[in-house]
Amino acid sequence: MRLTGLTVAAVLVASAAFANVVAPDDVAFGEYGEVEASLTGSAGDVDKGRQIFSEKSMGNCVSCHAVAALPDVPFQGEVGPVLDGIGEYRTPEELRGILVNAKKTFDGTVMPAFYKTSGFIRPGDDYTGKAAPDPIQPILSAQDVEDVVAFLMTLKDN
Amino acid sequence: MIFKTLTAAAAMLALTAPVLVAGGADDDTLVINGDIEITTKAAAAPHLDGHLDEVMSGWHFRDDDTQAMEMDDFDNPGMIFVDVATDTWNTAEGSEGKSCADCHNEPESMAGVRAVYPRWNEEAGEVRTLQMQMNACRTERMGAEAWKYDSGDAINMEALLASVSRGTPVNVAIDGPAAETWEKGKEIYYTRYGLLELSCANCHEQNYGNYIRADHLSQGQINAFPTYRLKNAKLNGMHSRFKGCIRDTRAETFNPGSPEFVALELYVASRGNGLDVEGPSVRN
Repeated sequence: MRLTGLTVAAVLVASAAFANVVAPDDVAFGEYGEVEASLTGSAGDVDKGRQIFSEKSMGNCVSCHAVAALPDVPFQGEVGPVLDGIGEYRTPEELRGILVNAKKTFDGTVMPAFYKTSGFIRPGDDYTGKAAPDPIQPILSAQDVEDVVAFLMTLKDN
Repeated sequence: MIFKTLTAAAAMLALTAPVLVAGGADDDTLVINGDIEITTKAAAAPHLDGHLDEVMSGWHFRDDDTQAMEMDDFDNPGMIFVDVATDTWNTAEGSEGKSCADCHNEPESMAGVRAVYPRWNEEAGEVRTLQMQMNACRTERMGAEAWKYDSGDAINMEALLASVSRGTPVNVAIDGPAAETWEKGKEIYYTRYGLLELSCANCHEQNYGNYIRADHLSQGQINAFPTYRLKNAKLNGMHSRFKGCIRDTRAETFNPGSPEFVALELYVASRGNGLDVEGPSVRN
């Protein structure tokens, strides 16, 4: 009941604001966790993607992943793999799937799902420690995900 | 190719984090006041088979300057609060007009107590943390008011009791009547909470030694609590630290003193069985 309500609300919000945005619960994954279609129908913005990747208040990807192409970003983490050259050996579809919900690609991975709004245990309201408001917002928006995919695709090993 | 990438990454990390030592924990030795030798690495207890081979104090994951502060009581800001608690120890409170000292004499008579808590209390039929036991003393024997969980008074007294147990190996019982609470704590330890879906184990079992942003992940051992954190310049309790960690998974937290955190304290304490009591410690 609650889930249905959430989905309907999310779809309503999504369809009102962005006609082509795929809602988190409606994302279709391929056999290996890849997501074929853009979540927004629009191309990603590389510069915005770089910012989302780097900033603590946004994607904060650098908290766990180091990237040599970002020499000005301090304190790059070691929890996830180094992403240098990832644009060479991963497709946009694979990267999109990993960003949306990496557990569909790597079973049990530590990596959070960045475009997901259901199935959490004790979801919270950002970093307040309080319960999450209804409906839950994904950590990144659909366009944020596309922007980060676009940035990652620029990481070529040369 | 791979070599080149790794080299570049290492060079970059060296620039941004000069104190980085590959592999995480260092090999330094902790001796406090040139006298109390602290066991900071030990073989993991049998119940950790398949999870950890060796357990390590968080002291090994801090830089030399922070480590040094804990090696001399005059440099350890946590010891100021031990002095405050020593005054409390000797002060009569409550309807019975008794102090801690009236029953327990010198704080040193409590040596070894910190090391076996949380523990099962037969009369109460519950697992009690040290703070719960302190409050039972206050309400039942002294006729005094219970301290709020992890409040200044409670943490200071916990620090005093830890300080007289320094050098005693943690040895909490996990079997018998404590088993049920321990199992509950274990379940919490491995549950992936919050929007980030992170368990204690994701960071502190799978990734200790790694940097997550500027934080060097430790094993999350609690043998050294209470801990004076340079970050907030005060003594911190275990349950408050648990709360901060769970909050940082973008979850709805549990509260200090809750049954969930009592169970988690027992479980996490048991992961440190064999490490010496080290509190009050100094950390980032």
